[in-house]
Parts: sequence; structure tokens; C-alpha cells
Amino acid sequence: MPKRTAYTAKIEHYQILDENGELDTRLAKNTLTDEDVVFLYEQMSISRHYDEIAFKLQRSGRMGTYPQNKGQEAGPAAAGLVMKQRGSVDWIAPCYRENLALFLNGLPMESILLHWMGDERGNKIPDGVNILPMAIPIGTHPLHAVGLGWSAKYKEEDRVGVAFFGDGATSEGDVHEAMNFAGALKLPCVFFCQNNKWAISVPSSTQTASETFAQKGLAYGHHCVQVDGNDIFACYKIFKEAIDRARMEHKPTFIEALTYRLGDHTTADDARRYRDQAEVDEWAKKDPLIRTRKYLENKGLWDDDRQAQIEAKAKEIVSRVVKNAEGIEKPKTSDFFDDMFAVLPDELVRQRETMRTSVLGQRPQTETLAGQPQHA
Amino acid sequence: MPTTLEHADLDAMIADLPSREGDRVIQLREAIREAMAHEMRQDKRVFLMGEEVAYYNGAYKVSEGMLDEFGPERIIDTPISENGFAGLAVGAAMYGLRPIIEFMSWSFSLVAADQILNNVPKMLYMSGGQWGCPVVFRGNDGPGGQLGSTHSWSVEALYSNVPGLKIAIPSNPYDAKGLMHTAIRDDDPVFYLESERILADKGHVPEEAYAIPFGRANRTREGEDCTLVSFGRPVHFCEQAADMLAEEGITCDVLDMRTVRPLDSEAIFDSLKKTNRIVVVDQSWPFGGVASEVISQVCEKAFDHLDHQPLRVNSDDVPTPYAKNLEQAFLPNADKIIAAVKKTLG
Repeated sequence: MPKRTAYTAKIEHYQILDENGELDTRLAKNTLTDEDVVFLYEQMSISRHYDEIAFKLQRSGRMGTYPQNKGQEAGPAAAGLVMKQRGSVDWIAPCYRENLALFLNGLPMESILLHWMGDERGNKIPDGVNILPMAIPIGTHPLHAVGLGWSAKYKEEDRVGVAFFGDGATSEGDVHEAMNFAGALKLPCVFFCQNNKWAISVPSSTQTASETFAQKGLAYGHHCVQVDGNDIFACYKIFKEAIDRARMEHKPTFIEALTYRLGDHTTADDARRYRDQAEVDEWAKKDPLIRTRKYLENKGLWDDDRQAQIEAKAKEIVSRVVKNAEGIEKPKTSDFFDDMFAVLPDELVRQRETMRTSVLGQRPQTETLAGQPQHA
Repeated sequence: MPTTLEHADLDAMIADLPSREGDRVIQLREAIREAMAHEMRQDKRVFLMGEEVAYYNGAYKVSEGMLDEFGPERIIDTPISENGFAGLAVGAAMYGLRPIIEFMSWSFSLVAADQILNNVPKMLYMSGGQWGCPVVFRGNDGPGGQLGSTHSWSVEALYSNVPGLKIAIPSNPYDAKGLMHTAIRDDDPVFYLESERILADKGHVPEEAYAIPFGRANRTREGEDCTLVSFGRPVHFCEQAADMLAEEGITCDVLDMRTVRPLDSEAIFDSLKKTNRIVVVDQSWPFGGVASEVISQVCEKAFDHLDHQPLRVNSDDVPTPYAKNLEQAFLPNADKIIAAVKKTLG
């Protein structure tokens, strides 16, 4: 037969909880309990408030920059819950728009504020918490998730390497090398791609000619699926299946979670300059908090009193977190040598002791050069 | 306060090293292999990964026989994807493993630059001291002989600019083994640069395991008139030059630095105090290289001991030529070194 079909593929899309809060009960079977949904709604509410306060901190000059998570809480929340229910044993390689997945798995809420306030200690992950420092360059960290998955397999431990990244990261070669490694070496990995439609100011249509981002994993032998990223039920179901597929079959899954960045890329950006307000308004209606609340209200699990309670709780938690993050003692200049090596070599010991990297040192105004007093 | 290693500790480690003299003669590539295999037997966290390291026994046969001993779980062939396995190693190191990553050539490490320069050396720092990256990256460095410009990098000049790395460049089988033991046991990332041109060089290598501390030069000969500083393959050019100069009654101190990060500056200053003249031989390019760093330090810290301006012998400031005669003309050699030494002597 001279001509045959060598390969065909399809990408399935899952939505279980629609934007009106209506649930597909058949698909929802064995996913989230009522208790889970209440928990996730509360967590998303706290995260949303955290986001708003972080934004205000930046605007008032108390933080360098901040990338809002607003509108994208559902995917990280649902995936985070799956990992939390497994005892937070899986390794997470994050970028910067999945705060909730990290909070749910042991990262103190102070850490992320501290990081964006400009302090390396924000990325000092507590012992026993399986989360890597946030990767701010785009797409460099899925390779680390692959290394974590590879190590789990090497050590025969029941853990999965999970990478969170955005649609823009799929334009980076690193992400494709990571996807290829995970497929070719049969590694327990999950690639969670939050397609929020915009890579800073560049729309998805400029990033790729693919119909979906999910299909990018097909070429690397991944199980590929697209979900409504604002739907905690769909994200939970698909992510849980992906974790189990990774653990049981050592087959990676590429999940494209369709969502929308309701805020700017970061506080250094103004999205009004490049996207239509009508588009933002349309997506605001699909906000995961709105639909989850509708669902809970329809089931009689939520009311205005409980809403007032969670809003008060969110304020109390976030206010305490901000206080803690801002209260940490500033690092000393000499500290910056300390984390260069496990054991400091002679030359760095000398630099640390003298506070002189060059002849001048870190505070030239207090030094003398060739015996002459120097003036600041 | 960070952990520190006193100079005295390094002296004690040097004093404990086994003799360099003996008749257990093996190739430099075998010396590297012995150290890797020894460490892998001792420590299950150590594995070797790279292109063709397993079934093909390595492009330069450094890993020959290791697949048979350790199996495909620990000697791993990869896709042709340097950035892929360099990044994988970062994750594996953070999980508690000790990867040895072979770049078939350090020239190919350039496509992994973000992982090896922007992630590996900074991870400890950026995680507030949480996670180091104890990875050994190793492979062929320097012109291998008519491999053309893209395959002939000497990466030490470029990479040594980055804080947080250790860079070992052995010139002989004895050091190759001892430096590899140290590299694998080190809790920080190590770039281990092997010149293809000396992989078949033979010399006595003790059977036992021994770790040569980083940051301590080896003085391969003593002389009075000029200090020759080098590392890796060009150490041999220095030795040839010193032999020829000795016939004319000019004697040289030859320092084989063994590591350029950390750099044993004290050994250089000590020698300079005796000879008052220095020539640095470095087969990477001249602009902003290791030789220029050595000379900067000499000028900053030992200027009063100089009787002549410091000189350097680098490769020329052009891409590595493909033509044989041009490549030879491009590289440092004994004649160039002799000319430099004589110039310092006026």
C-alpha cells in the first residue's frame, strides 16, 4: 500500500463546571467533594486578596514588581489540592503565576512577597517542602522538573516532577527539550501549561500556528489534553489522572489549561495599551471565583455570611503575612558571599573578611586609595 | 557564617597525596574513568549521563566499559540535547543526586548556556543557601586538531568569568584522577575540562582513590629566571619551552594551576618573588581571559616584585582555524613561550 495514514491525533477538551456554575455531574463523578469545593473557594478567595494587596504594595513603593495571578487561580488550586492530598510528596518547578499550588503544598505565603520585595531569602524553601525557587526566566525550569521526575524514577520513589509554565514558554527550545526528555526517557512528569492568551503583550496567535497548545506534547509521546482552566473540577480531574499516569505508567502528560490573565503581565506592564477591554470584560465573566461561588450557592453550601467571613479571614491572614515579610531584618552586605559555595574558597574568605572584591571594596568612601582619603 | 576551608587544611590534603612516582602507567582517559567508577561504586547517588556515553562507550572512550559495570540505569545515553541533560542534572542535583554530565565537547555546552551559567552556579545563591548544584560537567575542551572553529572552543576564558563555578583543567593522568575524585565529592558545581589531545597521554596513576584539593597549583619544575603559569594541555608546551631554555642556561618555575576557579594566586606570587618575571600561557583567547586575570592580579597585588611587564601567550584573537598549518600557528607553542620568556629577560 503506497499511501497510508501514519498518525492521527485528537485533543479532547474538558469542562465540568461551566461559567454559570452548572456542573456536568457525570464527568464530576469521583472528583471534588463538597468539602473540597468549599476549601478551594476559600483558598482562591484568600489568594485573590493576597494578589490585590501585593499589587497595592508595589504601587505604594513597598515591592519591586509583582505578577498578578488574578483570574488564573483555578488550575493551580486544583492541581495543588491533588498534590496536597498525596501528602505534598511531588516536586513542583514553578514559574510565577501559580501561587496557590505552592501555598497548598507548604510554601509560606511570606516567601513569595519576600521574593518580589527583592530578597533571595524568599526563595529559600523550608526543609521538606518539595518546591523549587520560582523561575523568572521563561521556560528554563521544566527541565528541572524533568530532572526531578528522573530522580524519582532512579530512586524508585513515588513522586512526580511537575512543571508549571505559560503559553509563552512553549516558544522556548528548553521547554521542548524538557518535553522530549520526559517522553523519550519515560519519566513521571506533568507539564501544566496555563494558556492565559497573552505572553506579556504578544497574543497566542503570534506565538504559534498550532490549533492548540496541548498538541505540542503529542510529538514527544505525551498524553495531551486541554481543560477549561477556570474550572476547578476539570483541572482537578485531569491533573489527578496525569499524576497517576506519571506514577503508574511513567508517561508524561501535557495539560493545556485555558484561562485568562485578568491583570497586567506584571506591575511593570499596562495591558490597556495592547488589548481590548471588551476581551477582558468577556473573560471576567468566566472568573473561576464567580462560577465556583455560584455552584456553592446553588447547592446551599455558601451564603453572604460565609462570604463576609472569608473576606475578613483573608484580610487578617494577608495582613499578618505582609507584616512578617516586611519585618524581616535586612541582609548585611557581607552576607552576599555566604551562599556562593558550600565551602568558601580562600579567595572568597579573604573578600568576605576584608569586604574587598576589588582594591576598592564595597564601600569605597570609607576606604583610602594610595593613602589619600576618599570622599563619598 | 559560611563554612570555610583553611589554607592549612589544603596543605594537609596535599601532604597526604600518594606519590606521583611509580610504574602503574595508564592513559589520562583511564585515570578519569577510574575516578568516576570508584565514586560510583561508593555512592549510589552518582550517575553518568550524556551523548553516547553508554553503548558507544563515549565519543572519546572515557566511559569505556562503564555500561557493563553499572548498567543502563546509571550510565545513560541521551537525546542530542545538551540543554536537556544539563537542565535535567540541575533537577537531579536538587533532589539529592550527584550527576556527572558529559559534554561530548565543551563547544556543545554553548547551547546549554542558560542551564550551566544562569542556573547551575547561581542556584545556591538564589535559593538563599538552600540548594547547591553538585554536578560535574565534563568533556573535551580546546582545539582537538582540525575540528573547525565551532568545535574547538576553549571555554575556560568565557566560563571562568561566572561566580559560583569551579573549573578544573588537568594536564596529566595523575592530576586527572585526583581532580575528578574531588570534583565528584564537591558539593558545588564543577566544570572539568579535558583536552582531547592529551587523553591518550600516559603516566603513573596510583590505584587508590585520592582527592587533589582545588585551588592548589602543582609546581612541575623549579627555576630562577622566569615563572611560567599554565593549565591543561599548554602546560606541556611550557615544559618543552623550559627544557629548551634550560639548554641556554635559562631556568623556569613552571606552575600547573590545575584549577582556574579557584585560582592559586598565592603560588604565583610566591614564585614571582623569586623569579621577578612571569609569562602566562592560556590557549583561550586573549581578551578578558584567564591569562589576563592572572596578570591583573599580579599587577594589583605583586607589582613590586616585577622586573619586567608580565607577558601572556594566548591563542590568536580569531576563530580557531580549520587549516592545519593555520591552527598550529594560532595556538600557543614552545617557540612563542621561549620568545616571551626571553623578552622578559630583556
